[in-house]
Amino acid sequence: MSELLRGYGRRALICFGRAVVQIVLAYAVNLPLFIVTVLSIAFVPLGFGVVLAPVMFQAIRTIANQQRAWAAEWSGVRIPVPYRAEPAGAGVFGRLKWILTDPASWRDLLWTFVNVPVALVLGVLAGGLTLYGLEGVFVAPWLAQVVDYGWGPFWPLDDWGVVGVVGTIVLGAALTAVSIPLGPLFLEAHARFSQSLLAPTREALAERVERLTETRSDAVDASAAELRRIERDLHDGAQARLVALSMNIGLAEEMMKHDPETAQKLLAEAREASGTALTELRDLVRGIHPPVLAERGLDGAVRALALTLPLPVDVHIDLPGRGDAPMESAAYFAVAEMLANVVKHSAARRAWVQIEHGGGRLMMIVGDDGTGGADAAAGSGMRGIERRLAAFDGTMAVTSPVGGPTVVTMELPCALSSPRTSPSSGTG
Amino acid sequence: MRVVIAEDLALLRDGLIRLLEAFGFEVVEAVDNGPSLLRALTTHRPDVAVVDVRLPPTFTDEGLRAALEARKEVPGLPVLVLSQHVEQLYARELLSDSTGGIGYLLKDRVSDVKVFVEAVRRVAGGGTALDPDVVAQLLTRHAREEPLQQLTPREREVLGLMAEGRSNAAIAASLFVTEKAISKHTNSIFGKLGLPQSEDDNRRVLAVLAYLGA
Repeated sequence: MSELLRGYGRRALICFGRAVVQIVLAYAVNLPLFIVTVLSIAFVPLGFGVVLAPVMFQAIRTIANQQRAWAAEWSGVRIPVPYRAEPAGAGVFGRLKWILTDPASWRDLLWTFVNVPVALVLGVLAGGLTLYGLEGVFVAPWLAQVVDYGWGPFWPLDDWGVVGVVGTIVLGAALTAVSIPLGPLFLEAHARFSQSLLAPTREALAERVERLTETRSDAVDASAAELRRIERDLHDGAQARLVALSMNIGLAEEMMKHDPETAQKLLAEAREASGTALTELRDLVRGIHPPVLAERGLDGAVRALALTLPLPVDVHIDLPGRGDAPMESAAYFAVAEMLANVVKHSAARRAWVQIEHGGGRLMMIVGDDGTGGADAAAGSGMRGIERRLAAFDGTMAVTSPVGGPTVVTMELPCALSSPRTSPSSGTG
Repeated sequence: MRVVIAEDLALLRDGLIRLLEAFGFEVVEAVDNGPSLLRALTTHRPDVAVVDVRLPPTFTDEGLRAALEARKEVPGLPVLVLSQHVEQLYARELLSDSTGGIGYLLKDRVSDVKVFVEAVRRVAGGGTALDPDVVAQLLTRHAREEPLQQLTPREREVLGLMAEGRSNAAIAASLFVTEKAISKHTNSIFGKLGLPQSEDDNRRVLAVLAYLGA
């Protein structure tokens, strides 16, 4: 029995806490945010708002995303993120246009405003009912004996005498009991209200489907081409070499008896051929999925790569865990391609790589002190990487004025798993 | 000489056992996964361990980690690491504690039996055996730097072999010149790179690597 009561108490407390969080968020964050954002839009013609408005809309997106997370976690209401991807290499006006033309921005803004009264009403209902019921049982009737307390939860306490007091206790208890299952319903109602404004609209979904279809067909094309290349390399390279190798060994076998010297020469040749075949296979494997990437993840693979380049590369990587294999692979090849460009085209003396993870996104920046003038649209390598990242909803931005320096920023939405435990502590 | 072998592919494991036994090594244990490797190394304390980088259970760099772990418990334990691919990153990790024999070779090198066995003996004797691929990477990476540019092509060749861990006698043999000529080259290299002279093979490599890896 006490177990049951404790369970109810805990649920009521959690519900109350969440309701308070929603109300505080609405008043302390939403309301000021709404006002400043509207002002920033008004400032756009004055120039000042051009910078401020995107910042404010981004702030709103952060809050809206938090609301989406809470809706899913507290009430099981899933609210997908509706935003369009940030265009690669956008300037200040590009960013302004991107954020102002996204219908989701305006729906966010509307939510920021409407949420202020709605969160109050639903929050008070979700959190306050329990409190009001408890007050009816434990505070009002007893306090009314000593001072002129006025109203109990439902009627003026002085009017009805003992019946009023007892009725208040009974009804207060009933209200508390009912409020425990009701509270989460009000929270869910609030989540549904948020969903109505924060979820993608039908047009946004259609747009997204179109974009996904496009990136999927790109990804399928790219992987088919990759398979053809691997098949060709294996067929013309290692496979042919192994055939020649076994022929040489067969011949040496025959010659062993009557011409051991030639046999030995053939065997030496065979060993050399096997070495070449192994090198080819190794290069092929590295091109498909570098072994060090499988072994050490993005962090180790990029560090190992940096060590092999003919120019010094400063590497700063801060990753709390590992991503899934396809994402790691895409990220690695993106960084590798950019570094290869640095070596081939930039005439740089130094390069640097910075990789970090935050807010559900992997941020990769590759920069050099070279001559600049890199153009994402012109280079097939860069285009390829852009498409490869797009298949993961990732983006790439290149700034490379003539005369340098070049900085390539790539972003990939992804989740990281917790770091793997040390293998030596595992059980075999 | 007592050897512990760690290799998960049965075919390769048997080949390594056969090869090393043919050259008079005693294989005290051959294991196929990381945890048993660590146990074998710390209990047998062999004269040298031949270890595959990638082992079960994780099939990542289990073997390398187990070897490094064992060297913490048995300082200076000679370990020759074999790998399907070579990474400077791993070479650096292996050389980082700079005590006792360390080797890091491509698996392909096993096919040149004599060179391979020589490398195992060198590591067992506290020396170094670095794969020519790693050394070549180190040399190209730093080829742009001033002191290296002063070296003659022949001296660069000698520096490469020296960085692999070979003695002057071995370098002389592979370049078909006298040992005296090699020591003349090495003195000149040390002079140009500003490295202090030392008789110890291992320290020689470490000095070279410290310069190259800086």
